[in-house]
Amino acid sequence: MSLLDFVVLIGSMLAIAAYGMWRTRRPQDLNEYLKGDPKMGWATIGISVMATQASAITFISTPGQGYQDGLGFVQNYFGMPLALILIAAVFLPMYRKLNVYTAYEFLGRRFDTKTRLLGAFLFLLQRGIAAGITIYAPAIILSTMLGWRLDLTIILSGTLVILYTVMGGSEAVTLTQKYQLAVIFGGMVTAFIVLLAKLPPHLSLVDALVVAGGLNKMRAVDFSPDLHQRYTFWSGLFGGFFLALSYFGTDQSQVQRYLSGDSLRESRFGLMFNAVLKIPMQFFILLLGVLVFVFYQFERPPVFFNHAAWTYGLAHDSQEKLRSLELQYAEAHQQKEALIRQWLAAKHRGDAKAEAKERTAAQETLRRSESIRSEVKTTLVADGSRTTTNDSDYVFITFVLDHLPHGVIGLLIAAFFAAALSSKAAELNALGATTTVDLYQHLVKRDASDAHYVIASKWFTLFWGLVALAFALFANLVENLIQAINIVGSVFYGVVLALFLVAFFVRRVGGTAIFWAALAAQTIVFVLYFILNISYLWYNFIGCAACVLFGLLIQAALGPTRPPAEPLVAS
Amino acid sequence: MKLRDHTSDEKATRAPGFDTWRSVYLFVFGSFILWVVLLVVLSTIFS
Repeated sequence: MSLLDFVVLIGSMLAIAAYGMWRTRRPQDLNEYLKGDPKMGWATIGISVMATQASAITFISTPGQGYQDGLGFVQNYFGMPLALILIAAVFLPMYRKLNVYTAYEFLGRRFDTKTRLLGAFLFLLQRGIAAGITIYAPAIILSTMLGWRLDLTIILSGTLVILYTVMGGSEAVTLTQKYQLAVIFGGMVTAFIVLLAKLPPHLSLVDALVVAGGLNKMRAVDFSPDLHQRYTFWSGLFGGFFLALSYFGTDQSQVQRYLSGDSLRESRFGLMFNAVLKIPMQFFILLLGVLVFVFYQFERPPVFFNHAAWTYGLAHDSQEKLRSLELQYAEAHQQKEALIRQWLAAKHRGDAKAEAKERTAAQETLRRSESIRSEVKTTLVADGSRTTTNDSDYVFITFVLDHLPHGVIGLLIAAFFAAALSSKAAELNALGATTTVDLYQHLVKRDASDAHYVIASKWFTLFWGLVALAFALFANLVENLIQAINIVGSVFYGVVLALFLVAFFVRRVGGTAIFWAALAAQTIVFVLYFILNISYLWYNFIGCAACVLFGLLIQAALGPTRPPAEPLVAS
Repeated sequence: MKLRDHTSDEKATRAPGFDTWRSVYLFVFGSFILWVVLLVVLSTIFS
């Protein structure tokens, strides 16, 4: 990175954080601190919801997914528009009618205190872990690639976000998210344009897509009913629906975003804004990864993108083997490039037979390249290298650092940090709010002043910020990072969602029945997660279905309960 | 802080071309279907 890159990165991050703190420097009451500016419009709410969901992992790891597996990951979001419609139509009016600060307050009013506390506890547990991943994930990748110290990267970025979130509360979060999202989209669109310009001159966009398709990267929709396949239309539609319903409908980090603002109308349009834009946005990010893949068919990529792990391997016992694999990889790449050029030439002259032959040969060479890469990873792991994250997470950042001009590199790194800070801020804000409202205010100090709760909320936000920092400093993650976040969510979300679905739609089930049902269902999900090998998206459905079913059975065994008052269930 | 009247919010979208919330939801659902169809077409053409 050059001086210009550092100026762009540090300047934009500090300026946005400072602006957020300056604009919210006046004293706030609890409502303002937890819900933000009451005059917020739908566009601001929509942007805030989008920025909360899209973490740095979205922008670093998703292009890597596109590079590795193609467009298929977009199916993960197919259930989301339908879930957002249901939330806007049913959940939102109820939350606003009751004027709650947190989603779990609603559970307390509909069921009882123990169910409210269970909902809040499950949220704090899973979001506390996820908050650690949110800060760790970009830090490990950026520090590895930029040569920065991991602990300092975590501490500096973590401290900045804690500072403005604690000081300005929800309003500072929303305000900064607006500008952070502008930096993110500015960076990603610039990267896309530069990437198109860097493709070989003879290669049109259609040719690039033909190459990607021929090498199995363009299969965006897969209707296969195979449960073991991670991303299919069905797992995306059903699992994704439950995941999105839980995340947007019951996760306080999102509920808090759309409960701010002027009216039900603004909140609804804020959600619909996301329902329309999320699939195209994810498609665009994955397509960026697919085009990076095409770019690297004509420009030799490193055999292993995690440069630090590679360097470590070279300095240890397996140096000779790694050098030999690197040579084989270079030969395979050269052969593959020649085959792709011949394949495109055959296509341009309309020779279908030669085109099919060259394409098959290119596919075969790609398989060989991939198997060499797998062997490299196995060798590095055997050598004790820290290859704990998926190598595909390093693809996009490698492309950015090696092939984008200075200034744009700074903008892209700023975009990654902006995304990390924006989602992290919303998480801390929600963790602080839930601890204050559902635990402290409810269990410890019931009748204190507004000012007292604002101060308590600031302390709890700071506490969660430090917990997330500690988790990030000691984390050691496996799996692709965006999947790690989704897996943590899927293990908990199904049960939490069931609490809300029963609350809204099943009048006859009471607090005691749903409380024990939730505990039993969560235990089953934990057990199944460790013994089954199915797409994690299904755990959203399994946890939810088990909890609803157990709730009905336990209630039947306990006998009828007093039905809740009318405003607490959907009519 | 007092919230606005919910009943008026429930019914009127105050958005041009969309009289009811049902029409807004149908539009969103339609855009979802359109995206899926486009992605299927893209997969078919280039795979």
